[in-house]
Amino acid sequence: MIRAKKRGWDDILLDVFIYTFLIALIIVTLYPFLNTLAISFNEGRDSIKGGIYLWPREFTTFNYESLLTDQQIFHAAGVSIARTVLTTVFGTFLTAMLAYVISRKDFVLRKFITFIYVLTMYVQGGLIPTYFLYQRLGLTNNFWVYVLPGLVAAFNLIIVRTYINGLPESLIESAKIDGASEFTIFLKIIMPLSKPVLATIAIFTAVYHWSAWWDVFLYNSSNPALATLQYELMKVLATANSMSGSMQQALANSAQSAQITPRAIRATMTIIVTVPIAVVYPFLQRYFVHGLTLGGVKE
Amino acid sequence: MKSSGNTFWQKLWKQKALVLMSLPFIIYVIIFKYIPLWGWLMAFQNYWPGNSFFEQTWVGLENFRLLLSDPVFFDVLRNTLAMSVIKLLSGMFFSILLALVLNEVRFAKFKKITQTISYLPHFISWVVGANLVMNALSTNGIVNDLLLNLGIVDSPIMFMGIPKLFWWIVGASHVWKTVGFGAILYLASIVSISPSLYEAAVIDGASRLQRIRYITLPALKPVIIILLIINVGRLMNMGFQQIYLLSNGRVIEYSRIFRIFELDFGLKMMRYSFATAAGIFRSLVSIVLVFSANQIAKMMGEERLI
Repeated sequence: MIRAKKRGWDDILLDVFIYTFLIALIIVTLYPFLNTLAISFNEGRDSIKGGIYLWPREFTTFNYESLLTDQQIFHAAGVSIARTVLTTVFGTFLTAMLAYVISRKDFVLRKFITFIYVLTMYVQGGLIPTYFLYQRLGLTNNFWVYVLPGLVAAFNLIIVRTYINGLPESLIESAKIDGASEFTIFLKIIMPLSKPVLATIAIFTAVYHWSAWWDVFLYNSSNPALATLQYELMKVLATANSMSGSMQQALANSAQSAQITPRAIRATMTIIVTVPIAVVYPFLQRYFVHGLTLGGVKE
Repeated sequence: MKSSGNTFWQKLWKQKALVLMSLPFIIYVIIFKYIPLWGWLMAFQNYWPGNSFFEQTWVGLENFRLLLSDPVFFDVLRNTLAMSVIKLLSGMFFSILLALVLNEVRFAKFKKITQTISYLPHFISWVVGANLVMNALSTNGIVNDLLLNLGIVDSPIMFMGIPKLFWWIVGASHVWKTVGFGAILYLASIVSISPSLYEAAVIDGASRLQRIRYITLPALKPVIIILLIINVGRLMNMGFQQIYLLSNGRVIEYSRIFRIFELDFGLKMMRYSFATAAGIFRSLVSIVLVFSANQIAKMMGEERLI
C-alpha cells in the first residue's frame, strides 16, 4: 500500500469517516437478522410489549415447537427442496450442453441459437399470455411449472459459453481425431473443465429457486400441496394482522394457543427460511463473487 | 448428400450431432419464450379465453386508448418511474461509496469480514427481506425505539401506513439489500487501476482524498456508464417483488406500479386484453429507454451496450 509519510488532519478525518461508515453498515445489515432471531425465541405475548433487541427477554422454544409440528411447513420445505435440487441439477447440465454447442465456432446454427436466446433477455411475452400458455400446457396446478420454464436462462448460458470459449480448442480437435462423438467430448472433456463456472451458475439457480414464491402464487395457489416455504412465509406476511390457513391450523392443534402471536410466527418463519442460506453461505459467497468476476458477461 | 450443391445443408448434415444436441433447446425456447409473444395480439382484441383465435373480436387500438385514459394510469407511470429512479440512483451512489471506502481500508481481515457481511442480504429472498424491513419499521421496532429514545418523536410512527413515505422505504430497503453485492463490480474495477498512477500522485503530493477524486473516480466512469445503460432499460421492470411485498392498501396510491396494475386488472379482474396492452406499453417504453441511453452514451463517446 502507498502511504503518505505525514498524516494530515484530512487523512485522519477520512479514516474516521471510513470506519464509522463501515461499522454502521455492519450494524444495519446484521441487526434485523439478530433482532428477528431474538423475537423468534421470545415468548409471543411478551414480544408485543416491544423492547426486544438482541436477546430474548422471556426465552422459549415454543414458537419453533408449534411451527415445526405443523405438517404443512414440512411439506412446503419438501417442495422447496425438490424444486431447488431438480432445477439446479438439470438446469446446470442442460445449460452447459447448449453452451458447448454454441461455443463451437464452426457450427452453422451458432449465431441463430445465440440470438434467439439473448433476445429473450429483452423481449418477454408478459404476464397474461404466459399464464394462458402454461394453462394450455397443463402446467397450472402442477409441480413442473417450477422446473420447466426456467431450465435454460439466457444470462447463465452466456456466462458458461464465455467460459468454454476460453478453453483451448486443441482439446476438442484431438478428441475428435481419437474418434470421440460430440456428446462424449461435452461430457468427458468440457464438463469437467468447466466446473468453476458450473458451480457458479448452479448457485445462481439454487438461490433463485429457494427464494421463489411468485410462480407458486400465480400458477399453483389453489393447491396447498404445491406451496413452497417462501410462499408460506409470504402468506404470513400478507396477513400480518390476521393469520393464514396453515397457521390457524397450527393454532387449533396447539393447546396453549394464546401464547402464539402473528409477530412471533413471522419471526420464526423468517428464521426457518433463512437458516439453510446461512448454513451454505460461506460456500455461496465464494462462488458467487467468483462468478461475477469470471470475465466479462458482455456479448 | 455429397451431390447437393447447397453448402449450408451439407454443413448442417455434417454437423448433425450438434444439430441433434441443440434441436430440443430450439423447440424449448420457442415454446416457452416465443409463443407468449404471439399473445401480444390479445391487446388488439377483446379477448375471451373460451373462444378460439378466429372467434375473437378485433378492436384495434381501443385497449391502448382505454389505458391512456384510465384515471390511475398516470399514477402508475409516475410510481413506476419514480421508485426505479430512486432505487437506481441511491443504489449506485451507495455501492460506489462502499467500494471507495473498502478500498481505503488497510486491515485486510476487517475488509474481508465487512465484505462478507455486506453480501448477506443479497442471498435472502425479498419475502424475508420485506419481513425484516416491516419488523424494523413496526411501531415497536428499532427505528421507532431510536426515535422515541432520542426524543425526536413523542409517539411511534406507523411508517408502512404513510403513502408519501413509501417510495423512500422502497429506496432505503433496496440499498440495504443490494449495496454490498453492488460494490463488487466497482471494487473489481478499482483493483485493476495501475498502482503507478497512485505512486505518481503521491510524489506530486496529492492527498488521499485527491487521489480518490482524480484517479479512482475517473477510472470508474466506464463501468458506471455501462451499468446505467443496462439499468435504464430495466426502469419499467425494477424490483416488482419488493414493491408488491412491502405495499398495502393504505399506500396503494404511491405503491401501484405497472406490474401490479397488470396483475390486478389481468388476473384478478379478468380484463385480459387491457392488461396485455399495459404490458406492451411497458415493454415499448423499456425498449425506447434502453436505445436512448445507448445513443446518449454513444454521443458522449463512451462504451456502448448494444
